[in-house]
Amino acid sequence: MIPETCPAILLRVEDLQVRRGGVTVLDIPALAIHSGQILALIGPNGTGKSTLLLALACLLKPFQGRIFFKERKIDAYRGDFNYRRHIAMVFQEPLLFDATVFDNVASGLRIRGMGRAEIERTVSGYLELFGISPLARRSARKLSGGEAQRTSLARAFVTKPEIVFLDEPFSSLDPPTREALIGDLERILRETHTTAVIATHDQTEALRLADRIAVMNEGRMVQIGPVAEVMNRPVDGFVASFVGVETVLSGRVLRISDGVFVAAVEGGEIQAVGHVRTGEGVLCCIRPEHVTLSTNTPFSESSARNVFSGTIRKITPLGLFHRVHLDCGFDLVAYVTRQSIEGLALEEGKSVFASFKATSVHVIPRKESIPM
Amino acid sequence: MDLIVEGIKKAFFLILTLDAEVLGITLLSLKVSGLATLISLVIGISVGTVVALSRFPGRQLVVSLINTGMGLPPVVVGLFVTIFLWRNGPLGFLEILYTPTAIILAQAVIATPIVTGISLAAIQHLPANLRLQILALGATRLQMVWILVKEARLPLLAAVMAGFGGVISEVGASIMVGGNIKGYSRVLTTATVMETSRGNFDIAIALGIILLILSFFINAILTQIQQRERPR
Repeated sequence: MIPETCPAILLRVEDLQVRRGGVTVLDIPALAIHSGQILALIGPNGTGKSTLLLALACLLKPFQGRIFFKERKIDAYRGDFNYRRHIAMVFQEPLLFDATVFDNVASGLRIRGMGRAEIERTVSGYLELFGISPLARRSARKLSGGEAQRTSLARAFVTKPEIVFLDEPFSSLDPPTREALIGDLERILRETHTTAVIATHDQTEALRLADRIAVMNEGRMVQIGPVAEVMNRPVDGFVASFVGVETVLSGRVLRISDGVFVAAVEGGEIQAVGHVRTGEGVLCCIRPEHVTLSTNTPFSESSARNVFSGTIRKITPLGLFHRVHLDCGFDLVAYVTRQSIEGLALEEGKSVFASFKATSVHVIPRKESIPM
Repeated sequence: MDLIVEGIKKAFFLILTLDAEVLGITLLSLKVSGLATLISLVIGISVGTVVALSRFPGRQLVVSLINTGMGLPPVVVGLFVTIFLWRNGPLGFLEILYTPTAIILAQAVIATPIVTGISLAAIQHLPANLRLQILALGATRLQMVWILVKEARLPLLAAVMAGFGGVISEVGASIMVGGNIKGYSRVLTTATVMETSRGNFDIAIALGIILLILSFFINAILTQIQQRERPR
């Protein structure tokens, strides 16, 4: 985990603009990517995530802007060939060559003119790392979707890039394959301390892999920050509606009993259900519609395993319902109806009890805890 | 019917006895059409790749012209090559009219648009992001083009087959620019035309069969390579 204050900026962008047919499709005034950090670009389809990746990888001619790699300005307009030898890119489709898995993984090294013996040794290691050693001699055209994407990832990592750009690499995979591959990628990114920028429209993927999240909309970066900050404190309605889950708490599993575990989060303990191990880092995601509010008895007869007393910090009307922001030692958001606001006489500063079921907590295992 | 049977008998006799004149005509045909195909491959693959990877004003027109060129009538090619190589023509100083070199030139003109058109389609048919993926692997532009051509090698083999098939079987241009001179510029197709016009059907059938066998074997070899290369 690279802290937000890490001074080592690997890639920096200033005033980057991409235009198509006279229309600005990407407008990034500033962006810094720190060494060893994983940045997730999230947002709906067509919001400029892929365009930004292509521009960062120097594979697209920007209308204007400057890109600095290790503070050296790269020639983004002519396609800086030297810079591209320090990076790698993985696309949504594996884009494998009509050759064996081994030859595919070796392609970047051959392009760099590496000797045969060294290629053999290096590629074998990466085939092993990505779990595709038994497929080495198989034609790339005969691979399953997951195997093909593993090959594509191995081909990208084998050149030991200083930064990897991943453009929705899992979106065309079925859920079990995708889950396994995300797990492996997470491990490899952490083990190799590779800086990465991953575009995805799946926030779970982003939560799982990223140190920081950037939410994109209409070619602009609407919000960028640590995962918990973006998830818990969306800057606007677009981000809030896109991230959906309003409460994301970073914690660590304290104990497990009969499938229910207790996780310590900043300012309290949360009970939830999930396949976790004691001591494991988790993200607990609580959707606001799952949180119930009460003004008196703390739900002694209720099946809700999580009950907290808190103070209402803010009430925001959202059309058919209200968004109630609570301070329970940690930030918690609940959606309630106007009738409930009136019936319980809810107002800012008032003390209430908030509850939610252990089964309504969405648990995302993480090897590292995220900054609060 | 007897005519055909006699023709086939004569054909096999000429083939099996390795008749010197027939052998000479066959080897010249192979040499002329082989060289013409080679020239068309060098030009056609290069031009096809450049047009496939470039965006420039009038590109659509260029693609249309290439596609039209794929159906160039050999007689028209023969006419223009003759005019160019005529003593007073722009290339008259080369003094190659009625030589095998002139046939190679005319056949290359016929085959080049065919190879260009198929190469262009083959490169365009590759996934749109493949070019970017190759560049992202650290390739120079030249390495990128080479890898793309290698990726399109199966359809490019079809270009070789189509190019060679087009020129080995054409007669119009060869007879016009080569002159069908015995022992010098006579190839299988021009000899077949001549023998037919003389009523020597047996020899004409023999030459026709040799032409068919030649086409078959060359295409069989290329097909074999193509199918072996195909992913299993």
